[in-house]
Amino acid sequence: MTIGRASVPAKYLPVLVTGCLLVAMFVVGGIRYEGFAGGQVILNVFIDNGFLLVVAVGMTFVILTGGIDLSVGSVVALSTMVAASLMEGPGWPPYLVVPLVLAIGSGLGLVMGYIVQAFDIQPFIVTLAGMFLARGLCYTIGTDSIPIDDPTFTAFAQTRIDLFADLWISPSVIIALVVVGVAAYVLHYTRFGRSVYATGGSEQSALLMGLPVGRTKIAVYTVSGFCSALGGVLLSFYMLSGYGQHAVAMELDAIAAVVIGGTLLTGGSGFLFGTVLGVLVLGLIQTILSFEGTLSSWWTKIFIGMLLFVFILLQRLFSRRSGR
Amino acid sequence: MWPAVVLVLLLALNVFFTPSFFSIEVKDGHLYGSLIDILRFGAPLILVSLGMTLVIATGGIDLSVGSVVAISGALACLQISQDQGVFAAVALALGLCLVLGAWNGFLVAGVGIQPIIATLILMVAGRGLAQLITDGQIITVNSPAYKVIGGGYWLAVPVGILIVIGVLAITAFLTRRLALGMLIESVGVNAEAARLAGIRARGIIIMAYAFAALCAGVAGLMISSNVSSADGNNAGLWIELDAILAVVIGGTSLAGGRFSLGGTVLGALIIQTLTTTIYSIGVPPETTLLFKALVVTAVCLIQSPTFREKVFRRRTAKPGPAPEEKVRVTTA
Repeated sequence: MTIGRASVPAKYLPVLVTGCLLVAMFVVGGIRYEGFAGGQVILNVFIDNGFLLVVAVGMTFVILTGGIDLSVGSVVALSTMVAASLMEGPGWPPYLVVPLVLAIGSGLGLVMGYIVQAFDIQPFIVTLAGMFLARGLCYTIGTDSIPIDDPTFTAFAQTRIDLFADLWISPSVIIALVVVGVAAYVLHYTRFGRSVYATGGSEQSALLMGLPVGRTKIAVYTVSGFCSALGGVLLSFYMLSGYGQHAVAMELDAIAAVVIGGTLLTGGSGFLFGTVLGVLVLGLIQTILSFEGTLSSWWTKIFIGMLLFVFILLQRLFSRRSGR
Repeated sequence: MWPAVVLVLLLALNVFFTPSFFSIEVKDGHLYGSLIDILRFGAPLILVSLGMTLVIATGGIDLSVGSVVAISGALACLQISQDQGVFAAVALALGLCLVLGAWNGFLVAGVGIQPIIATLILMVAGRGLAQLITDGQIITVNSPAYKVIGGGYWLAVPVGILIVIGVLAITAFLTRRLALGMLIESVGVNAEAARLAGIRARGIIIMAYAFAALCAGVAGLMISSNVSSADGNNAGLWIELDAILAVVIGGTSLAGGRFSLGGTVLGALIIQTLTTTIYSIGVPPETTLLFKALVVTAVCLIQSPTFREKVFRRRTAKPGPAPEEKVRVTTA
C-alpha cells in the first residue's frame, strides 16, 4: 500500500487544498471586515492557538503510525493543574515545575504506548483510559481553578516580542514554532521519522523490513504525551491558572487539525506543515466568527464538523485514486 | 461471567456501608429504593449501550451518540415549548435521530470512512447543532405528559425502566430469535466476505447505526424529560465513552463479530452502581473518573489475549511463548 506516493502532485494535493482554503478564508475575511487583513490577525491566531499547535504536532506523530490519542486534552489540563498547585502550595520554582510536568506527560504517554504495543490493545481504548485517568487526577488535586501568580510565569505571559511595524508575538509562539521545526526535522529527515511513516504505511511490512515497529509505536505516544504536557505549560502561560476543566474536548480539535491538514487517518501519509495549516484554519474560523459578531460560538463546531466532512471525503477520493 | 461477579461485589460493598441498600418499599404507589434508583438513573446509559453494542458488533464504533442525546432532547423541548403536541414532538425528535444515524451508517458503509472518524464529524457538529436548536439557552418545558418519559411511573414501576425492558426485549428477540444477530456478527467478522455470501452488509451496517442513534434519541428524551429541560451543551456529555466502556466490560470485543446484550446491560449497571457506590461510601465524587480508568485498563488487559498469554504462561513457566519472538524482532 503506497498511498499518496504514486505521484508528486497527489502527495502534496491535500496540503495544497488546505493552503488554498486558508488563503481564501483570509481574503474573504479581508474583504468583509475592516481591520482584518493585517499581519497581526494572523499572528493573533498563532498567539491564541500556540498550545493547540504543539498538541496537534504530537497528535500528528500518533496518527501517522495509524493510532489515535484521546488523552491529550486531559493531559493538557493535568499539566496546568500540577504546575499551578506545585507553585501555589509548596511554592516550587518554575525551573523545577516545568521539567516535572513535561516528565509526567511523557511518562503517561510512555505507559499508554507500552500497553498499546505490548498487549496489542486498540489505541482508542487505551488512550480513553488515559483520558479518564488524567482528568480524574486533575479533580483529585482540586476541583477549583488555581490561579498562578509566580513572577516568572506572569512575566513570561506578559512578554511581548515586537516584530517590525507594530506587529508582536508572545514567547509561546516562538516555543510552538520551535516545536514544529524540530518535529518536522525529526519526521522528514531522521531514521525515527521514516520508521513512523513505515509503521503507519504497513506495520507488517515494516516489521519484515526489520524496522523497530514496537519502539516506534511506544515512542510516538511518548512524543504525544510530551507535546500535550508542553501544550499544558503554554496554556498555563496563556490562562495563568490551573483548572481541571481546561482543554475539555481539545483532543477533537487536535484530531480535526491533523485531518484538515491532510494527514491520512489510516497512517503513513501526511505532512507536519499540513497540521500547522489545519490549526491555522481552525483558528481563523474562530477569528472570522468573532469579527462577524452576530454569529454564535456553536457555529464554530458546525463549521469544523463540515470542514472535517469535506476533507475526509477528499482523503477518500485521493486514496482511492492512487491506491488502485 | 466476570461482569456479574464484579456487579455482585459492588452491590455487596454497598450493603456493607448502607445496610438498608437492598430494601425496596412502596411509597405513594411508587417503588422506592437504592436498587430502583440505580436502574432508573442507569436507564439512559443502558439504552445508549444497547445501540452501541450492535454498532460495535459490526466492527464499528459510534462516537456521536452523546451529541444525538443532546439533539433529541433539545428538539423535543423546543417543539413542546412552541405548543406542539408531545407525541408529535417526540416523533419528530426520534425521526431526526434516525436520519442522523442513517447518515453515520451511510458514511461508514456507503463512503467507506473509518467509523471513529465518520462519527467524529457528527460528534463535533452535532453538539453545535444541539446548541443551535436551543439557541445556546437551556429550554425549560412544563408538560406533565412529557415528564412521564423520564420521571413517570406505570404500575408503580418507573417508566424509564419499562422502556429499557421493552427495547431490550425487542432487540433480544430480533437478534437472537431471528437471523439478524448472526447477520450482524458475520458483517463484523468480515464485511466483504459477508457481502460475497449474499448478505446485504451495507444495509445491516446502516441499520445498526440508525438503531444506535434511535436508542440515543430515546435516552436523550429520558434525560431531558427527567429534568423538564434541554441543555444542548451538557446533555449526554461523555455518555459515548461510558457506553463504549459498558459494552467492553460486557465482553463484546471491539474488533466486532461477537456481541452480548446481557453483558452490555451488566456493564452499564456496573458503571451506574460504581457511581452510586462512590457517593454512598463517601469517596469524593471527583475520583469516579480514576476508578473508571482503572476498570477500563483492568478489563482490557484481562480481555487481551497477548496479556493473558504473557502473564499466565510466565506463571506456569513454559518455555518459548510466541509473543516473545515478536518482541525480539521489534527490538532488533
